[in-house]
Amino acid sequence: MTDRTSPPGPVRAPAREGQFTHLRLDKVSRRFGDKLVLDGLDLRIAGGEFVALLGPSGCGKSTALNCLAGLLPLSGGGIWLDERRVDTLPPERRGFGMVFQNYALFPHMSVRRNVGFGLRMRGIARQEARARVDEALRLVQLAPYADRLPGQLSGGQQQRVAIARAIVIEPPLVLMDEPLSNLDAALRLDMRTEIRRLHQSLGLTTVYVTHDQEEALSLADRLVVLREGVVQQVGTPEELYRSPANPYVAGFMGYRNLFAMTVTGGEGGHATARGLGIELTGVAGEGVGSGPATVAIRPEDFLVGEPPADAENVIEVGVEVVEYHGRELAVQARLPEGQALRLRTSTRVERGETVRVWVPKDRVLIFADATAISPQPGPPQSGAPDATGSGQETAAEASAS
Amino acid sequence: MTPVTSASTSPAPNPPAPTAERSGGTGRPALSHRLAERGIDRTLLLLLPGLVFLILLFIYPFVYGLGLSFQPMHGSGALYNYQKFFSDPYERDTIWITLKIGLPAALINVLASVPIAYRLRGRVRGKRALTTALVIPITLGTVLTAIGMIEYFSGTGWLNKILIALHITDIDHPVPLLHNYWGVMLSLLVSGFPFAFLLTLSYLSGIDPSLESAAATLGAGWWQRFRDIVFPLLAPGLAMTFCLNFVLAFSVFPSAVLLGDPERSTHVISIAAYDAAYQEYDYSKASAIAMVMAAVMLIVISIVLFARGRLYRGSSGGKG
Repeated sequence: MTDRTSPPGPVRAPAREGQFTHLRLDKVSRRFGDKLVLDGLDLRIAGGEFVALLGPSGCGKSTALNCLAGLLPLSGGGIWLDERRVDTLPPERRGFGMVFQNYALFPHMSVRRNVGFGLRMRGIARQEARARVDEALRLVQLAPYADRLPGQLSGGQQQRVAIARAIVIEPPLVLMDEPLSNLDAALRLDMRTEIRRLHQSLGLTTVYVTHDQEEALSLADRLVVLREGVVQQVGTPEELYRSPANPYVAGFMGYRNLFAMTVTGGEGGHATARGLGIELTGVAGEGVGSGPATVAIRPEDFLVGEPPADAENVIEVGVEVVEYHGRELAVQARLPEGQALRLRTSTRVERGETVRVWVPKDRVLIFADATAISPQPGPPQSGAPDATGSGQETAAEASAS
Repeated sequence: MTPVTSASTSPAPNPPAPTAERSGGTGRPALSHRLAERGIDRTLLLLLPGLVFLILLFIYPFVYGLGLSFQPMHGSGALYNYQKFFSDPYERDTIWITLKIGLPAALINVLASVPIAYRLRGRVRGKRALTTALVIPITLGTVLTAIGMIEYFSGTGWLNKILIALHITDIDHPVPLLHNYWGVMLSLLVSGFPFAFLLTLSYLSGIDPSLESAAATLGAGWWQRFRDIVFPLLAPGLAMTFCLNFVLAFSVFPSAVLLGDPERSTHVISIAAYDAAYQEYDYSKASAIAMVMAAVMLIVISIVLFARGRLYRGSSGGKG
């Protein structure tokens, strides 16, 4: 825990002595009864990297983390730190730091003793332990609270104690299991910055589990999107945001409009799809020929108003729900044939109005996969997508944006 | 109940007092709201049955007995019964005899329940079956258990037959486990353990399992996790469990008679009170002995609860 700083970004020299070069998950599987919740997860994590596992609840991300921590035995596969196999070790011999969703602070110990617990278990001399605890508490800006009990702290302070407790042992790997999901929105943003700052200054390899794509995008060097225990895509935030591999990942990356349509033609990397009473042209994904497809559009990519002459993908929609979000309006509208559609605009629209909207064809993604229309929604504030295929959303659901 | 919640619950239909509902409706909303602010509303009626029982079955008999104990049948002075009790070694020693049985029995029950409950705290295969088996002794009652123990532990019982067959002892010297201290002790263990186990198990499941996971990731092995995390959080519950078990053991009566040596080594205090009441027909003396018994229990419980007060007793983050 020195003042060593390491450059942000995915490519980073091993920052610490005792640091490993690679953590390798090799076909890690876990079943509960008959259900395969994690199906052959292959992942290579470089030392110092910040990797986020992203997916809705039940996608296997927490299972993966618990397998890494040693809290759950694997049903198959292996975990390797460089050439050392760790999945056969009990959690206390792996030496990974873990931050839990519910903080899991020891309620009967002061903040200082909580943070010092791992050092005490390692038999670190009292003097040194005290110095390191003080340093860790200073790092999370909790030095004045050292002698309080966790119950006397706010949620955000408690989570900072939990983070200090995990990093004070200078673990080769820090595991974070939705550490911000119990905090309110403003605090979550602050803590996100704090976690990023700690990672940049300490360079601790981190695996971070979340269902919040915004958190994942802003924190991680690399994202792993999981669905029902299967990896959907691995890549940098930019790669995933720019070119999601399938409608499911697109849904997580803000493509809240996922339409089931049929490809009728295309040229030069673009395809045209019909259905739902409209026709849309967009960027053709891998394997798009003719036939059923999923068309993905972000709400903020719609333009509202009188379309210019060269406007692409002009459609007419009926406005149903309008939410005021300050800079812009979140609108739920409906296509003539009943399909719901979400858009964000700074143009004033009214409920009941029929407006013309258009979207540049480079902002429309067309996927050959027509089956994966509806990823499960995360909690409302996360902005995770919900199903748009059914055309039966209520106003309450629309407020999820 | 906080004023806020009682205020919000008061307008809701209230099954115990359907007639009162009408008067609270339009007539005097201001008064009912004012009362609700102070936590007074119809839900207080729910306390009534308990209060009636408490007064009729505990407070009145207790006060009556206390008064009776100061009105001795023989001798003079209000404290005669107490002076007599403490000056007669045969009577006085019942306190030590009972403590010598009750304290170890309660302690053993609590200590034995901890590892078993700890092992069974999570989801364990066969937990229901094991719990049921451990709880059966409660449902059988003391007397049936005592009869069974007489069959099993007597000089010609199964246990001694097995020990003789194994040449651990011989037919002339069976292991004496009946009609002495050990008979009563064993009976208290059989009947008290299920209580201790069930209580300990519920206290343990109130401790958030992620605390142990956190300790494990920080390098604590199972013993350190138990010593530093689980035990300190469990200790207040164990103190309560000990108190309840001790009260049960201290008032032991049937098994002290059936399995013990009620004239000598297991002449417990409840037998002394029974003898006074139904052998000597001296209810005043019996009341005095009962008061001594209550005082001893109170002292022990106070000591334990005082010690418990010094432990951490806040939330242990559990889901109950």
